[in-house]
Amino acid sequence: MSIINHSTSPDLPPPVTEVGVIGWMRHNLFSSPLNFALTLVGAYLIFTFFIPAFDWAIWSANFTGKDQSACTGGGACWVFIADRLNFFVYGFFPDAEYWRVNIVFILLAALLIPQFIEAFPYKMWLGWALLVGLPIVSYFLLIGGSFGIVHVETEKWGGIMLTLVLSFVGIVAALPIGIVLALGRRSNMPVIRGICIGFIELWRGVPLISVLFMASVMLPLFLPEGLNFNKLLRALIGIVMFQSAYMAEVIRGGLQAIPKGQYEAADALGLGYWKSMGLIILPQALKLVIPGIVNTFIALFKDTTLVLIIGLLDILASVQASIIDPAWSDVATEGYVFAAFVFWIFCFGMSRYSQALERKLHTGHKR
Amino acid sequence: MADHQTDQNGTAPSKPPPWNDPVIRSIAFQIVAVILVGYFFYYILNNTLSNMESRGITTGFKFLDTEAGFGILMSLIEYDESHTYGRTFLVGLLNTLMVSVLGIILATIIGFIVGIMRLSNNWLISKIATVYIEVLRNIPLLLQIFFWYIAVLQALPGPRQSMRIGDSFFLNNRGLYSPRPIFEDGFGMVVIAIVIAIAAIVYIKRWAHRRQEITGEQFPVFWTSLGLLIVLPGLAFLVTGMPLSWEYSELKRFSFGGGMRIIPEMMALLWALTMYTAAFIAEIVRSGIQAVSHGQTEAARALGLRNGPTLRLIIIPQAMRVIIPPLTSQYLNLTKNSSLATAIGYPDLVSVFMGTTLNQTGQAVEIVAMTMAVYLTISLSISFVMNWYNRKMALVER
Repeated sequence: MSIINHSTSPDLPPPVTEVGVIGWMRHNLFSSPLNFALTLVGAYLIFTFFIPAFDWAIWSANFTGKDQSACTGGGACWVFIADRLNFFVYGFFPDAEYWRVNIVFILLAALLIPQFIEAFPYKMWLGWALLVGLPIVSYFLLIGGSFGIVHVETEKWGGIMLTLVLSFVGIVAALPIGIVLALGRRSNMPVIRGICIGFIELWRGVPLISVLFMASVMLPLFLPEGLNFNKLLRALIGIVMFQSAYMAEVIRGGLQAIPKGQYEAADALGLGYWKSMGLIILPQALKLVIPGIVNTFIALFKDTTLVLIIGLLDILASVQASIIDPAWSDVATEGYVFAAFVFWIFCFGMSRYSQALERKLHTGHKR
Repeated sequence: MADHQTDQNGTAPSKPPPWNDPVIRSIAFQIVAVILVGYFFYYILNNTLSNMESRGITTGFKFLDTEAGFGILMSLIEYDESHTYGRTFLVGLLNTLMVSVLGIILATIIGFIVGIMRLSNNWLISKIATVYIEVLRNIPLLLQIFFWYIAVLQALPGPRQSMRIGDSFFLNNRGLYSPRPIFEDGFGMVVIAIVIAIAAIVYIKRWAHRRQEITGEQFPVFWTSLGLLIVLPGLAFLVTGMPLSWEYSELKRFSFGGGMRIIPEMMALLWALTMYTAAFIAEIVRSGIQAVSHGQTEAARALGLRNGPTLRLIIIPQAMRVIIPPLTSQYLNLTKNSSLATAIGYPDLVSVFMGTTLNQTGQAVEIVAMTMAVYLTISLSISFVMNWYNRKMALVER
């Protein structure tokens, strides 16, 4: 009889405390006394903030109804939002003309979404349509007065639509100006460089509010007599100036990241300045800074709320105007949460996109 | 680039015609640019002057000496209706500076805490930090300011039903009331003691560093400093007979009197600015710490450093190098964003000067230019100081 056991004994299962839910909790929540305490603090935070917030927003909230009397649950009164939704989306745009805004929304979505899909065909043409075609089409559709559609004054624009117009025009117009400024800042000509640096640093050094104030009170003084811009156009000019300075700095980052060899190669091919920039440098530089451009766009999108200070009715201003309506009492929180949610969806989505792009573009060259 | 070319034989190439010569071209371009920009400014100036003339607005800074005639909600210096417009500028500027400085300090503290929380091993803590960051930084600041001001602070109970901590702190829709310290004679001694303590700490730190370089012996600098900082002023305070008393707020018929009042406008603005900027700072801190490669920690371990010194001597100095440039731009953003005060009526520079004063005097050009100049100066000086610090911290490559 041998005392050596030659058969392999079966694998024991790992200890219960190391795997599954318990193991995960031991490793991630209770690995040390400090962690234990932190977990308790975290749990306390959740119980005091998150759960009451969820309760307010969902479980004891009222979703259906017509007016204030429908809000009996003690939670959020989402009826208010549903009642005012058209105002929040279109502002004072006439009801009968909503279809025009809707067409612009649909066009925007149809042109924008393919940009996020890797293998979508004709992406470049769609991109051009988005940057050049859409603003032109939207201009005629939204302002009207030609092709037999009614003219709508820009004073009636508002809500999400105005926010989108401001941020979209801001970014599309700022892009070419930003490119020119960035090239100018890296130019060999001292005068051109000086002018560009002065422009960029001036706008980057002052808050957007003062730029908007300037656009609304000083711009009319700059113009020759008889010429007058409306409020929206003045705000847009301010936003574009401001944004192009930021855009220029982003693009300059891209230009600096292009190795010197590329510039020299372009010179060696005998290309002139504009050709070497347009064909060799800029395509590479712009591709590098797309995440940066998206980030400035997020900042701009949030900053468009500032136009309410000079009296434009963007989404935040339309919420502000609605919550003081005597037909509804105590709906300020609901209004702000709704506006915050709209902004959050847009900005969070864009920032995720820009992060994904950054990961895609960083193919192993990261130090 | 094409200036000094010679061909293979060493002879200069034939000169291009003048319209193709890069030097002449660049000079021509610059002259054209100067003329265009000059004409643009001339055109604008001309229009402005004729417009102002036709509207009957006088130019110049004389208005700064006229009586303002409007009250300001909060002022760090003496101010009432009889002071001048020039004084309103100063009041606004000080209010802007105060909220910016407080905001920068608070946002830095909260931002660093949240950034470190996000890197915590504890799943729950790191998720809470992530939610905080992702929610706050994707919602416009102005919306957050309105939320705190209108939905939270204005919804607080009135003075009679104030929320309170004991008899010293009261929170209601008129603001936050706290006791006001009253410094009596002799408090100067305490201040002097604090200054002496700080000087001593600086000296001890230098001495300890030198001694460690020579002998390798360490000296408990931190505990000595803490002791000095508590003991010296404490002694001075006791010796001079406790020259400090508190004036408490009291409920009068309709509102509180006495004590110190922080107006709700300031609370909302400061809170929103802090929370918003802290979310960005947290992300900067996280990426800065993550940018220090793990090999550095392992090397520190191999040298026998404990956790504390590893963090203090190895990780933080390297992380700071990554953190400082974006942190600077966040400080600048916070300062510029403090101008959103005008939306809720906190009397900052934009609200008082570019708002009320401009409306009353109509001196748009002067006022807008002065305000922009202030912000430009603040921006340029913060970035100057931070660039200096950044150069000091930068990697010295051999």
